[in-house]
Amino acid sequence: MLLLITLVTFGIFFGLPKLAGQTTDQLAASYVGKAPTQEAIEATKERLGLDKPIVVQYGNYLKGIVAGEDFKAGPVTDHCPAPCLGYSFRTSQPVLPTLMDRAPATLGLAVGAAIVWLVAGVATGVVSALKRGSIWDRAAMVVALSGVSLPIYFTGLVSLALFSYKLGIFPGGGSYVGFSQDPVKWFESLVLPWVTLAFLYAAMYARLTRAGMLETMNEDYIRTARAKGLPEKTVITRHALRASLTPILTVFGLDFGLLIGGAVLTENTFSIPGLGQLAISSIGTGDLPMVLGVTTLAATFIVVINLVVDLLYAVIDPRVRLG
Amino acid sequence: MAAPLEVTGSDTEAQPEAVLAGVDGKAIQGRSLGQIAWMRLKRDKVALAGGVIVILLILLAIFGPLLVQSPLDYHQNLIDPTYNRPKTGIWHTGISADHLLGVEPGTGRDLLSRIVHGARISLLVSFLATLLSVVIGTILGITAGYFGGWVDMLISRAMDAFLAFPLLLFAIALVAVISDGSFGLSGNGLRIGVLVVVIGFFNWPYIGRIIRGQTLSLREREFVDAARSMGARNSYILFKEILPNLVAPILVYATLLIPTNILFEAALSFLGVGVIPPTPSWGGMLTLAVPIYSSDPMYMIVPGVAIFITVLAFNLLGDGLRDALDPRAK
Repeated sequence: MLLLITLVTFGIFFGLPKLAGQTTDQLAASYVGKAPTQEAIEATKERLGLDKPIVVQYGNYLKGIVAGEDFKAGPVTDHCPAPCLGYSFRTSQPVLPTLMDRAPATLGLAVGAAIVWLVAGVATGVVSALKRGSIWDRAAMVVALSGVSLPIYFTGLVSLALFSYKLGIFPGGGSYVGFSQDPVKWFESLVLPWVTLAFLYAAMYARLTRAGMLETMNEDYIRTARAKGLPEKTVITRHALRASLTPILTVFGLDFGLLIGGAVLTENTFSIPGLGQLAISSIGTGDLPMVLGVTTLAATFIVVINLVVDLLYAVIDPRVRLG
Repeated sequence: MAAPLEVTGSDTEAQPEAVLAGVDGKAIQGRSLGQIAWMRLKRDKVALAGGVIVILLILLAIFGPLLVQSPLDYHQNLIDPTYNRPKTGIWHTGISADHLLGVEPGTGRDLLSRIVHGARISLLVSFLATLLSVVIGTILGITAGYFGGWVDMLISRAMDAFLAFPLLLFAIALVAVISDGSFGLSGNGLRIGVLVVVIGFFNWPYIGRIIRGQTLSLREREFVDAARSMGARNSYILFKEILPNLVAPILVYATLLIPTNILFEAALSFLGVGVIPPTPSWGGMLTLAVPIYSSDPMYMIVPGVAIFITVLAFNLLGDGLRDALDPRAK
């Protein structure tokens, strides 16, 4: 699976321009800068190995991930230690450290938002399942539909205008502070992004939880649990909720993985210096190795998350056995 | 097109009418799937409202640009140079009889006309992209479901891989990689083409999975066995026996895919890889709103609400169609 991802990413970035009719000269030029000299183009072509066949290039790229790669820039040789995701000729540095530099902001955004939407969504879902047909139930449905119909950059802007500019409760866009610098300010600056991002998902999770709960509450083992004389609270949390969490977890794995990509929009709206913003600015400056790095990292992350989710099934649902 | 449709047709919901019609002394008539679906849809007021809005939007996108003023004309006499925002109208929106939705801060371009022209781009891209997804998804889904074995393995793996990719990042990168003048196209023609291909190509697994699942169950049905026993070729069974039964799910999921694609297009435009300014697009208008949200909060409302109404209308219509065509699917 990981191999497939590197293959596709690589194919897109290095194979597609060729198909589109670009010569390697043009491709190399796009790495050098706005006004490239023929000399610089030749040098870049050699350094990147663009003059070699595409299969050899891919081989080198894979080798770089496992064993590191050397990039010769004239007399100077830059070593890119393993795992080498690429070498940015724009910043004359390996890509990975820059990525690692930006990752915490994206991760903080994603994890925080995920916690907000899981807690809010599952709680609303349980309540609306237990009080079926009530006003809760209908409200969750309406919010779910508007949640999927509103683009995040619009809700983000509205919430910024309302809570930051009009009411002054939260700091505005571009106020992101690193966690290590000031945890309190970090938290304050991320509350709005968390809530707006979670808004899109929470309602959907509420509907999922509701459906799952309604189904499991009719199971025999729920009746057994009640017959044993367990308090209703224990029946709901330990028996019913636990079983209905399995489908939620599946969707959560997919959503959380995709969130890293989706964070692009949120980061741009709130000016958070994360991976998504890095990707956009790198596209602006034509720093393809950097873009390639971000996409590979995000894709890897998605695969890993899905693996973790598979393992978690066994923890949550005792009926699932691994192996 | 025979057996299974009639089974759906005799579903419980259709029966009260049938009985009533019999009481009136009229002959009980058979109803096609389309008639039944339309009957159910007529009762779903919310979905109907969505449908009406969708039709209005399509008409607006086709004929609207002929009626409004040019979206590129600057009206800088309406702009207050100190604050760089419209002088007139409530909340400094510049709303007047000439500019029904106000004007853009800074340039004074007419917002109504930009929204109408933006609708054309948005709907064009999302319709074509959906068409592409449906074609790829149907062909691969039906192939995987019908032939099974290693063909199914291969296509299903590909679908999983596509679903696991960070689509937005990929799409941005792809649009950025393809330089102007590629494929013999340039400017907005190329951009729209690339948008359609990228969005359509990345979304086919959603349709593909559903089609595959439906085909899996359809190929075990008696009418397929019957066709095969009469010596029908695979291509005949696929296109004449199975495909007609897939029209309903294809229609439903295509309708539900359009709003997703509208959001996708808007997101790409928002990030600056959509159509090239000054051609108006909804996402591009919101990009302009980001730096000025505090000084001019009203400006983001117009494109935002346009996206919201469009996407919501398509979602409502899609949900309604699903309930009407395939009541068992939820």
